[in-house]
Amino acid sequence: MNAVMTAPKKSAGLRSMSPGATAAALGLATMVMLAAARVFTDAPGLTGSGTFGGAIGLAVPVAMAGLGGLVAERAGIVNIGLQGMMALGTWGAGFFGWHFGPWGALFGGAFMGALGGALHALTTITFNVDHAVSGVAINLLAPGVTRFLSSVLFVGQEGGTLTDSPPVGHLGRLTLPLLSGGRIGSWHTPDPLGWLERHHWFLVSDVAALLRGFTRDIAAESVLLLLLIPLVGYVLWRTPFGLRLRSSGEKPSAADSLGVNVTAIRWAAVITSGAFAGLGGAWLVTNVGKYQQGQEGLRGFLGLAAVIFGNWRPVGIFAGALLFQFTESVRLQIGDSTARAFLLAVAFGLVAVAIWQFTRRATVAGAVVVATAVGVYVYYVTSTRVDDKLTATFPYLITLLVLVFSSERLRPPAASGLPWTKGQGT
Amino acid sequence: MRLASARRALTAPAMALSVSLIIASVALLVSGHNPLRAYQAMWANVDGADGFVTVLNYGGRYYVMGCAVALGFKMNLFNIGANGQYQVGALFAGAVGGALHLPGPINIFIMVLVACAASSAWAFIPGVLNVTRRVNVVVATIMMNGVAAGLIGYLLRTKFRDKADVMTAHTRTIAENSRIPSLNRLLRLVGYHLPSNTFLQGYLVISVLVGVAFYVLIYRSRFGFDLRASGLNAAAARSSGVDPKRMVLTTMALSGALAGLAAMSVLLSEQYEYGDRFPALLGFTGITVALLGRNSPGGIAASAFVVAAIEQGSRGLVTVDIPQEIGQILQGTLLVAAVISYEVVRRRSQAATIREAARRTAVPVPGAAVVA
Repeated sequence: MNAVMTAPKKSAGLRSMSPGATAAALGLATMVMLAAARVFTDAPGLTGSGTFGGAIGLAVPVAMAGLGGLVAERAGIVNIGLQGMMALGTWGAGFFGWHFGPWGALFGGAFMGALGGALHALTTITFNVDHAVSGVAINLLAPGVTRFLSSVLFVGQEGGTLTDSPPVGHLGRLTLPLLSGGRIGSWHTPDPLGWLERHHWFLVSDVAALLRGFTRDIAAESVLLLLLIPLVGYVLWRTPFGLRLRSSGEKPSAADSLGVNVTAIRWAAVITSGAFAGLGGAWLVTNVGKYQQGQEGLRGFLGLAAVIFGNWRPVGIFAGALLFQFTESVRLQIGDSTARAFLLAVAFGLVAVAIWQFTRRATVAGAVVVATAVGVYVYYVTSTRVDDKLTATFPYLITLLVLVFSSERLRPPAASGLPWTKGQGT
Repeated sequence: MRLASARRALTAPAMALSVSLIIASVALLVSGHNPLRAYQAMWANVDGADGFVTVLNYGGRYYVMGCAVALGFKMNLFNIGANGQYQVGALFAGAVGGALHLPGPINIFIMVLVACAASSAWAFIPGVLNVTRRVNVVVATIMMNGVAAGLIGYLLRTKFRDKADVMTAHTRTIAENSRIPSLNRLLRLVGYHLPSNTFLQGYLVISVLVGVAFYVLIYRSRFGFDLRASGLNAAAARSSGVDPKRMVLTTMALSGALAGLAAMSVLLSEQYEYGDRFPALLGFTGITVALLGRNSPGGIAASAFVVAAIEQGSRGLVTVDIPQEIGQILQGTLLVAAVISYEVVRRRSQAATIREAARRTAVPVPGAAVVA
């Protein structure tokens, strides 16, 4: 598989912008696009704190799967089994949550996901099976395992069926005081972000709504899991362990020659990877209040897409997850005006990408993107309602676009996906 | 010598099968069921005309899908996208077939052609992205699966939907003259009577033809030689004049076309429409079958029927009140155990080859250099 799986080589960087600055610039550009579409269509729902809040929540499981993919790939193991590990995680969260409450759900999700990760580690690291093959096998195995376990442990219990667990609690919801109107004791603090949001000022109100989405009525589980994003970033880039882990994914033989125990590090990374995917599953369970078979949808694969979109970096992965799930949040808003406004924002975004392509003299790419933008615009003008099946394809299309048009900027770990045994040449 | 190689070829599958049986038995024991009773019930549901015919019908379908995936594997292309490809093909074929009112055989031919073309085109896109932009095929086909799911959902509820049915979304039902007839009448001619409501699908003939074609293509054609050479050593193949880009494009297109053809067993022999009831994971079953069968025509056939038998057998577990999900566990663990044991056996034989080579080169016998 390796001949084809080898990642594209990076050409010399065109512009030397730090990843943080790039992310900030792209984030601002996205907000401008959304704000413009909101103003043009007069659909405040598009950038309302409700829409953002929904997207942030829904982004958590995708970001968790993405973090799982990141940790594994940074250590050199491609994890396509995220989907299956997330499914195992939902079941574990259902079972342990049923017995021990929401904290049990988080533990159970991580635990079952980690078991899936351990299996992937066994096949890929110990037995050197092709990573994609092992991942697909785990994705196929997981639903069978969860269904069997449900039939044995849930069926016959109160509220439990072959596809559902008995109810699982959640940790409650939080609102930040002083900025978003949360309470300190019995004092209802003011809500300055809400005040800003209500004025519908271009960009200012939209950014306020975004911040409010992060800080108002947010599930405690979301806050907890979102904290893992900076934590993973810190561990991977600021600790000796992180350096060893990343070197195992860049050049395992070199790391090995310096005394790094590549095998042990990879095992740890892949088990952690599964645990993260499982935590994503646990979020879904506490969000609905119980385990439902198949509730992970395709979020494991979306997490994989977020890893690529985020260029193998934690913040980028979260941004990707947020962008992907924004579509979903828009779909859940009442009325079609929000979805239509979103369509216009997509058209704006595509035009911006096209302009960027033309400035790089990539005329073919630019023309393709312009054609797509025109197509989206025509759909916007001619249709009164937006089909959610079509918008569901956006995350995959965006990822394909990123892969096609900026593959030279992507920097996957050099040894990711390659077989390696201790003592081999390079 | 042949016996030894046959034993080697069967060691790994036997190992895998035992491991998965042990794991499934433990799972059954822990959950308070008798494994032997479970396996008996499974066997009882396969043994008998009805069960056996079902295994043949499903096995034939899985075989073609297995060939689709195996074709890619032969040159180390992992076509995870077979799952999206066959559904795209089935949707378009169903839409065209439901709208056309031509004489049966012509209609069937057109539908098969449309299915192969649509699936092939869907597989061709990641191929193009791979050769032009070096996009990883695994990643690209996963993304194409996601796009296919949304696009099919959209077309199925708008343009291609049978407006007469407001309850479930599906394409218009294909006319009776445009379906592949069952083989029952043929069997009756040779004096074999199947029970009523049991139909041996005529699609099985297509499966056999695909098998022969697959064998000829892989082992008896120039293309097959290039394909296998690219899979074994891409650099060596390239330097001997094989164009890797052309190989990727051709292989993806052929793999997709076969995936579309596999879907025809459902469309033209079982459901006669594409809709929400259409099997959703055939492509992944194809991956299972190809991996279990080690991409060889005989191996794929054997594993296709094993997978079909496990499925049919587990349906019989209802009668003894044992969770039929054990079938899925059996299948999943079999796959994981198989990929591990194949790798272990491969590494062991590789090590043996290296040892053998070292032994021969170490002893200065005249002519040894030629052998080594």
